[in-house]
Amino acid sequence: MPDRSPRSRWPAVAAVLAVLAPVLGGCGSSGGGAGTVTLNWYNFPDDSGALQQAAERCSQASQGRYVIRYNKLPRTSDGQRQQLVRRLAAHDAGVDIMGLDVTWPAEFAEAGWIREWTGERKQQATADTLDAAVRTATWKDRLYAVPYNSNTQLLWYRDDLVPTPPKSWPEMLAQAEALAKAGKPHYVEIQGAQYEGLTVWFNTLVTSAGGSILTPDAQAPSLGPPAVVAAGIMHDTAVSAAADPSLPNQMEDQNRLAMESGTAAFELNYPFVYPSMKANQPDLFPHFKWAPYPGVTADRPATVTIGGIDLAVGTYTRQPDLAFEATLCLRDRENQLANALEGGLPPSLRSLYQAAELTESYPFAADVLAALDTASVRPQTPAYQNVSIAISHSLSPPASIRPESTIADLRGQIQDALGSKGLIP
Amino acid sequence: MSPSAESAEATGAAEAAAGRGRAELSEGARQERRLGLLLCAPAVVVMVAVTAYPIAYAVYLSLQRYDLRFPGQAHWVGLSNYGAVLSSPFWWQALWVTVLITVVSVAVELVLGMALALVMHRAVFGRGTVRTAVLIPYGIVTVVAAYSWQYAWTPGTGYLAALLPAGSAPLTDQWQAIGLIILAEVWKTTPFMALLLLAGLALVPGETVRAAMVDGANFWQRLRLVILPLMKPAILVALLFRTLDAFRIFDNIYVLTGGSNDTGSVSILGYDNLFTALNLGIGSAISVLIFLCVAVIAFCFIKIFGASAPGGEPERR
Repeated sequence: MPDRSPRSRWPAVAAVLAVLAPVLGGCGSSGGGAGTVTLNWYNFPDDSGALQQAAERCSQASQGRYVIRYNKLPRTSDGQRQQLVRRLAAHDAGVDIMGLDVTWPAEFAEAGWIREWTGERKQQATADTLDAAVRTATWKDRLYAVPYNSNTQLLWYRDDLVPTPPKSWPEMLAQAEALAKAGKPHYVEIQGAQYEGLTVWFNTLVTSAGGSILTPDAQAPSLGPPAVVAAGIMHDTAVSAAADPSLPNQMEDQNRLAMESGTAAFELNYPFVYPSMKANQPDLFPHFKWAPYPGVTADRPATVTIGGIDLAVGTYTRQPDLAFEATLCLRDRENQLANALEGGLPPSLRSLYQAAELTESYPFAADVLAALDTASVRPQTPAYQNVSIAISHSLSPPASIRPESTIADLRGQIQDALGSKGLIP
Repeated sequence: MSPSAESAEATGAAEAAAGRGRAELSEGARQERRLGLLLCAPAVVVMVAVTAYPIAYAVYLSLQRYDLRFPGQAHWVGLSNYGAVLSSPFWWQALWVTVLITVVSVAVELVLGMALALVMHRAVFGRGTVRTAVLIPYGIVTVVAAYSWQYAWTPGTGYLAALLPAGSAPLTDQWQAIGLIILAEVWKTTPFMALLLLAGLALVPGETVRAAMVDGANFWQRLRLVILPLMKPAILVALLFRTLDAFRIFDNIYVLTGGSNDTGSVSILGYDNLFTALNLGIGSAISVLIFLCVAVIAFCFIKIFGASAPGGEPERR
């Protein structure tokens, strides 16, 4: 094109700049020059505003030494982990503080992506903190993260249908079947989709039956008879009248919606369902009650799987000292209380469960604390993701479980997963 | 490109050696060639940087044990990752699902696309409107469309699920879910097929069809004996494009089922192993195998069915 005028090139130049701008803009986001340091905090997306407030409060309290920028990670837990891993694998110096799901610290620590907490900082990080929460942040006897919020499941039930809450799974299934015969709402809402929630259900049942998924050194599967009992309960639930037809596709939110729509009598879920029921179904709300998670047998209380977020400081940050300091501020008493009240997430500081502000909007605080005190931790291994996928894949859909042979299969798959050998499904 | 360039180089050199009289001419030709090479060099460099390098790197990674979480344990393992993939039931399950989705969806798309192309070709009025309307599904972002399907088929939120007997959740069953994935895929890409076929249909000379008409051929005879044979190159290109696309299906499955209940394609399997298991070795081996499958499909279409590659010259073969 010989007659091409210089002007006609501008669109091309603009296009190149448009492509390059985010790339160039992405550089040097952290630790810019002298003066105030910007610390990037990557955490789950919070719609309540509690996390943004915490970031602002701590930035102000630092008196100009640092500003915390709250970066929202994707909504799904897999998406959050993928984004963090991509940045860390590329040695991104802009990842200063990150919120990790309680199942990730072992993996991130083993890969060398997060810094160890030692000395005085470690003491500050563990003081007044729930034991089970600290265990999730510990790998090979070293502390790699500090518990932010905690979480655990309770049994939610309708007291107009169920006068006395069941103490065990067999009892609950029997009650559900009786309700079904009487033509009343009777579903047991539990997470049955092929995802992390299914692993949580299995872990709770295995540990409640006195077993564990891995041996204490996390080098081999343990499973055994308690796992067969757990798989049996999952199967029985799925084939009984108690099962929601959507069970093989249900996650926490579908469970909440089913309970609110009035088709269910029981729900095993996190406390976020309580304010939601209050807001969405004021008619059902007076009958919406809670009790401890049912055990495998009536004489043995359940050990419910702990959830939540641990905060960690990235290895590649240029400002580790400020990042540690800011992390402690983000999870201090005031910020955890705000996160509990506005965000609805149970705190990891033990003393907060007695705080009047909390018990007012959390009438079940004592039950949550009791569950957290006896909580079980999911298998701690750098290969957790593979182990969890092996579990949820083997046990899905729950109706197809054959307890003995499924657990025998699972044993081999977990063995492979621990060595990160072979494929994950 | 390279064999013909080499042969041209060889003839050029032979000519230069043979006669002085033509040396001046070949000097000019050589300069022209050099200029040509220089002009396409930037494009070659960009292609090498964005295509050849990642492919070569993926092949290199596939020969290593390389897990992002255990960087210290990375080492050369030869072909054992391929052994692990090819001996895994998960790979064969995913391949079977992928082939099933590919064959069924492309076959349905071909029939529907042909029908749409005939309608668009023969539309007398509102031709532009018809073509635009047909193109709408293709213009919608796949992920957005997939979410619409997902909500539509989920009991409680969807109007399609509400049409089914109470208590059925079609996305939780392997066969039903695969059927719905194929449906979403067909709905989405039939317009593309129709457009490619329409282009082929436009190439069929009107007088040939009219001549067949005069000879007393009915519609089906004209279609089968005149139009389709003349459209064969266009049909093969359309099939080639769609088969390659369908084989790499990812987004529809990712949104509709996430690959649960054995509905994952090979691309989903590769993604999960790369980005969830962080196993770069195994994940790269899966990617390379997908690449090989795609290459085999393209090879079969071009060599066995005689589809001409886009931009290729049919008379050469």
